[in-house]
Amino acid sequence: MSLLSVRDLVVKFAMRHQTLTALDQISFELAQGERLGIVGESGAGKSITGFAILNLLSQPGFIAGGKIMFDGKDMASLSAEEMRLIRGDRIAMIFQDPMVTLNPVLTIGEQMVETLQAHRKISRRDAEKIAIVKLREVYIPAPEERLSQYPHELSGGMRQRIIIAIALLLDPQLIIADEPTTALDVTIQADIMELLLELCTNNKVSLILITHDLGVVSQMTERTLVMYAGKIIESGKTREIVNDPQHPYTQGLINALPQQTVPGQQLKQIPGNMPGLGSLPSGCAFHPRCDFATDVCKKTAPEFVSFADVKVACHEVARLHQTKEAEAKDG
Amino acid sequence: MFAYLVKRIFQAAAVMFVISIISFAIQDNLGDPLRELVGQSVSEETRNELREEMGLNDSFIVQYTRFAKKALHGDLGTSYFFKEPALTVILKKLPATLELVLGASIIIIGLSIPLGVYTAIKPNAFVSKAIMSLSIIGISIPVFLTAILMIYFFAVELRLLPSFGRGDVVHVFGYWKTNFATWDGLKHIFMPSVALASIMLPLFIRLIRSEMMETLQSDYVRYAWAKGLKAKRIWFLHALKNTMLPVITVGGVQIGTMVAYTILTETVFQWPGMGFMFLEAVNRVDTPLIVAYLIIVGFIFVVTNTLVDLLYGLVNPTVKLARMGA
Repeated sequence: MSLLSVRDLVVKFAMRHQTLTALDQISFELAQGERLGIVGESGAGKSITGFAILNLLSQPGFIAGGKIMFDGKDMASLSAEEMRLIRGDRIAMIFQDPMVTLNPVLTIGEQMVETLQAHRKISRRDAEKIAIVKLREVYIPAPEERLSQYPHELSGGMRQRIIIAIALLLDPQLIIADEPTTALDVTIQADIMELLLELCTNNKVSLILITHDLGVVSQMTERTLVMYAGKIIESGKTREIVNDPQHPYTQGLINALPQQTVPGQQLKQIPGNMPGLGSLPSGCAFHPRCDFATDVCKKTAPEFVSFADVKVACHEVARLHQTKEAEAKDG
Repeated sequence: MFAYLVKRIFQAAAVMFVISIISFAIQDNLGDPLRELVGQSVSEETRNELREEMGLNDSFIVQYTRFAKKALHGDLGTSYFFKEPALTVILKKLPATLELVLGASIIIIGLSIPLGVYTAIKPNAFVSKAIMSLSIIGISIPVFLTAILMIYFFAVELRLLPSFGRGDVVHVFGYWKTNFATWDGLKHIFMPSVALASIMLPLFIRLIRSEMMETLQSDYVRYAWAKGLKAKRIWFLHALKNTMLPVITVGGVQIGTMVAYTILTETVFQWPGMGFMFLEAVNRVDTPLIVAYLIIVGFIFVVTNTLVDLLYGLVNPTVKLARMGA
């Protein structure tokens, strides 16, 4: 049985004049210990997916449909208190910018102890002991001294390590990491990712890694979802998606990686920007930026279909597969 | 820490210097003190002699230097009317005023924090909307009108509360007599405190509400929810502590302002404090007392602001580093 199962999740934003659909029919499964990457540009709905799982959408967002099952429990049926007990305990979250995630007026020790005490009956002294053990696990030097320090006394990389340590405090089953290294120096990014990977594999924790960086996803995860304008457009094994991307958007993302370009040449960008939620194009939302777009793409939205190991939502991919199958039959 | 303290004390001294010059300069524009001091029968020659004797004919700089020298030794001149050192006159009235400010501060702190927090957490609740509407009304009505309306309802119509004076006071030490020791004293201080608080309270409710709403949107509050903390801890520790940082700064300035506002409240309630005394002094052209009052009020302003800055450093951990570096 999968640890987390998201079925047809729809998230909407009630704006003054209209209701915008931020997530449209998102479905995926996550097994215990599995690492899943969610990739896409800014505004694709990656972070919203993460927050929707914890029911922490900020106003005016709300879950408008679908079902989220975690560890056999339907999240929608839980009371506020039951939901609170899952947050931070069974599902931990790592935020994007460590500079603003920790409360500036509370000590590191305070922010670690309170997390333990919110979920366990534990004395302050015992909680501090656990905190020190976890800080050591994330390679924080002199962890005893950190407890009495305030966030502003530590560097960004250190703070993100501490946030990872807080995530590990209660041995969660799932960690949702929302762009955990975007706000950090490039030199520290690799360290943090390595640490996260090491801790997840050692402790058999499932991971949802939200990022715009396919390079990171290929190193960190086993399966990948590619999102565009609130929809999943491609999903499958990370290796397959990185080596043989099907959807033109995924192909574009991979071609845009600096590693894919000969030094001296311009990086290959995907032309245009992702549309805003209020001005989604008809048919396939990607068609204005797609090299392969046909009239069908402008009129109808493609269905999300399985082809061998991957699922793709693209008319062109579907057509190619049909011709291949026809040729195979003929041949 | 020490360097910061020294710096603050120097700043305070500079501010006091400017305040003293301005207060002293005012006295030339208040009319002739001789008119009040002596009867009509005194001739112009005697008047001139008296002026010369009192140093009123000297140049401004000479007069100010003389005044400043004495002031540094704690002598702010002698009140023409009371024939007593101006400082003593004010110190006798000061406790009544400070108690009034204290009463108003208790009301403001006690109500603005819970109401501000509540309206921030539940912005759409009916109670919140009612509080916000009332606060607009509270800001708009001037203190003297609030005071008169209260006297009409609670003293004249309902006969629940006394309308003037301090009532039963208990001697504490020196000139300090307190209203907070007897039931009658509390009844007397209640209405003036409410009237004095009536302008600041809505201001603080709105300030705390808007700061709190902003804090509730911050990443660290969202993170606190994601950690599964209880709502009470998130609201009253994580959010409120950050909310109070700017509020403390504004609050410090407002305490000084309230001391000035007491002039109105004390006049309406015949409260024997230094605000009431100041208005009388103006009527009597008692210039030394007027100047002394302005300097004392300025001094209270400077002291409260300095204390608030120090307090801010205690609450906000990020200030400590800056202080050590200073």
